[in-house]
Amino acid sequence: MKIRMVKSGLSICALCVAAGMSPAGAEELFYVSGAVGNALENFRETVKPWEEATGHTVTLVPMPASSSDQFAQYRLWLAAGTTDVDLYQTDVIWAPQLADHFVDLSDAAKDLIPQHFPSVIESQTVDGKLVALPLFTDAPALYYRADLLEKYGKEVPATWEELTLTAQEIQDAERAEGAADLWGYVWQGNAYEGLTCNALEWIKSAGGGQIVEADGTISVNNDAAAQALEMAAGWIGTISPEGVLAYQEEEARGVWQTGNAVFMRNWPYAFNLSNGDDSAVKGKFDVAPLPSGGDGSAATLGGWNVAVSKYSTKQEAAISLALYLSGPEGQKSTTLKNSNLPTITALYDDPDIAEQVPFVPRWKEVFEQAVPRPSAATKGKYNEVSAKFWSAVHETLSGTGSAAENLELLELDLSDIQGSGW
Amino acid sequence: MTDLTLGRAAGPSLKQRRQRAAFWFLAPMLIALFCVAAWPLLRTIWFSMTDASLSSMYEAEWIGFDNYLSVRTLSSGRVVFRGTLVDPHWWNAVWNTVRFALISVGFETAFGLIVALVMNAEFKGRGLVRAAILIPWAIPTIVSAKMWGWMLNDQFGIINDILLGVGLIDQKIAWTASVDTAMTAVLIVDIWKTTPFMALLILAGLQMVPRDIYEAARLDGVHPVKVFFRITLPLIKPALMVAVIFRMLDALRIFDLVYVLTPNSAATKTMSVISRENMIDFDKFAYGAAQSTLLFAIIAVFVSLYIWLGRVDLSGDSQR
Repeated sequence: MKIRMVKSGLSICALCVAAGMSPAGAEELFYVSGAVGNALENFRETVKPWEEATGHTVTLVPMPASSSDQFAQYRLWLAAGTTDVDLYQTDVIWAPQLADHFVDLSDAAKDLIPQHFPSVIESQTVDGKLVALPLFTDAPALYYRADLLEKYGKEVPATWEELTLTAQEIQDAERAEGAADLWGYVWQGNAYEGLTCNALEWIKSAGGGQIVEADGTISVNNDAAAQALEMAAGWIGTISPEGVLAYQEEEARGVWQTGNAVFMRNWPYAFNLSNGDDSAVKGKFDVAPLPSGGDGSAATLGGWNVAVSKYSTKQEAAISLALYLSGPEGQKSTTLKNSNLPTITALYDDPDIAEQVPFVPRWKEVFEQAVPRPSAATKGKYNEVSAKFWSAVHETLSGTGSAAENLELLELDLSDIQGSGW
Repeated sequence: MTDLTLGRAAGPSLKQRRQRAAFWFLAPMLIALFCVAAWPLLRTIWFSMTDASLSSMYEAEWIGFDNYLSVRTLSSGRVVFRGTLVDPHWWNAVWNTVRFALISVGFETAFGLIVALVMNAEFKGRGLVRAAILIPWAIPTIVSAKMWGWMLNDQFGIINDILLGVGLIDQKIAWTASVDTAMTAVLIVDIWKTTPFMALLILAGLQMVPRDIYEAARLDGVHPVKVFFRITLPLIKPALMVAVIFRMLDALRIFDLVYVLTPNSAATKTMSVISRENMIDFDKFAYGAAQSTLLFAIIAVFVSLYIWLGRVDLSGDSQR
């Protein structure tokens, strides 16, 4: 409704301008995206060169930060075939579920495709159709307070056990010194997609598989997975506040950025924000790969892409914007401003990036070992699988049933959802 | 003129003509009601008996009652039941909703009555108090839910800060996160928000009570508590019953507050929340439609029972 009103208002302005001097065929595009941190202001700066070069304008329509909420809204808009929105910023896991509603970009982007990581392009290709172009990739990191680790002579934890011990020790010692609000470890424990990411990391790093394997077998009910969940359940109320069960990314960052956490699991976007002038941890922290559970470190592959709606009436301009945002210029700009990880290989050797966001080049390795969520294997049923998984994990964490019991039930639920096939 | 006399002689009677005129005056409203209420309802019921999904709504095929209950025999000979009626998540949501509705409406009625009695009394600045008390009701639910979400936040929330400060709790409570307190948090916010509405409806009833009855009671020296139970309560009962029905209908379909304050928590998921989740998030539109239909049926049963048991006079016949 609001979009429509804004839009008609803009079209009237545009008509007046068009009659005068603006370049022929200037379009007003609408781009929807979830907004965390400073994403809104940064988007304006990033698209400015494109707007100047083409004469088109683009309005960002901000959505809630929760990707589950965004997905629900996008699905409704797309099912209704709305023409109000031209471009959608899509999560890496959505491609198989929304593929029918987006324009195939493989022809338009054929020069750009080879510059990106092949795995990311592959994740956005459904039955040979390139559904969306990558904007940035994401792999979470362990943020740690370098000053506190140094004060207590601790190493950066390499395993979850070390993390648990170090966090507990520093938390106890700091609280004894009067920092009553300090917690050892904050992460995302709310029952939503983010918990699926967190729990997948614990389970995968302990050798417990990735919920549903690439060939479609349900692997989640095993001892390694149960132990990993029990370990995480032990954090609640000891090194993590009980409220972590309602935290998403921004709540965890709130605790961390006010200086009240020793460790935090978060995505790269939190790096620049934590180094901002209003941050209590500015210059006091660093990032490392997530700890291992005995089978190597695992980081859930995240990332966002831009897709062009097939219901858009301004597809040509929209595709041009998608190519710009996904191209070297657009990606470099978002990397510098939002501390995102680019998907264009060459940008990892870019001197400006190496200087201003020094952790990005180091991230290439983490990203290359990232674990995908089982969205490709479970296709259109991924959301339900993920919801069942995060519910089982959330119940275990909040003490309703043991990990083994909940995983057994989860296996049954998943095979019901699977039915005759994914 | 001639028309009128002729009509009296042969045409339809005055009563019939008045009824016809009334029908034409009501027709636009009936059409509007059909479009916004009956049609969506019928369509939802129809969808609940198909295999519709959001991406293929118009190619949906009729599958009968399978979304509600289906019995299948596996090749091993085992008989399995499927469908909403045997879905534990659904029954958990039903239980959550009913529990929420009964507790919240109970508290809101009690508090609303107290607030209404206060507002009915004569005192200076009564107009201001009456306006001020309505503020929680005037704030959109999304806004108040978000606001309370921050107030109830475990780390930086003001509620925990106050409780810690006065020494009622010794460690911060994760109100919305913990399964034990999530429902309490939702109830607190709903009671805070809706008590003014109840108070307003009850106040309207209180103002209908004739002053002279109270005067007579005072002259007879009746104790105020007795006055309340023997005069006030019986006289405002009709208004109270209608207010409770309104709130009950509202409480049974609660969605926004739960969705914003405690999303996805199994301890607070209500029928509306779970049906939306199936419709949109899981792309099981027909399954969600079946749950919506059941929600409609449950509300209908609740209200009929209530009207029947409470002998609520909705048509107002007895007052004529």
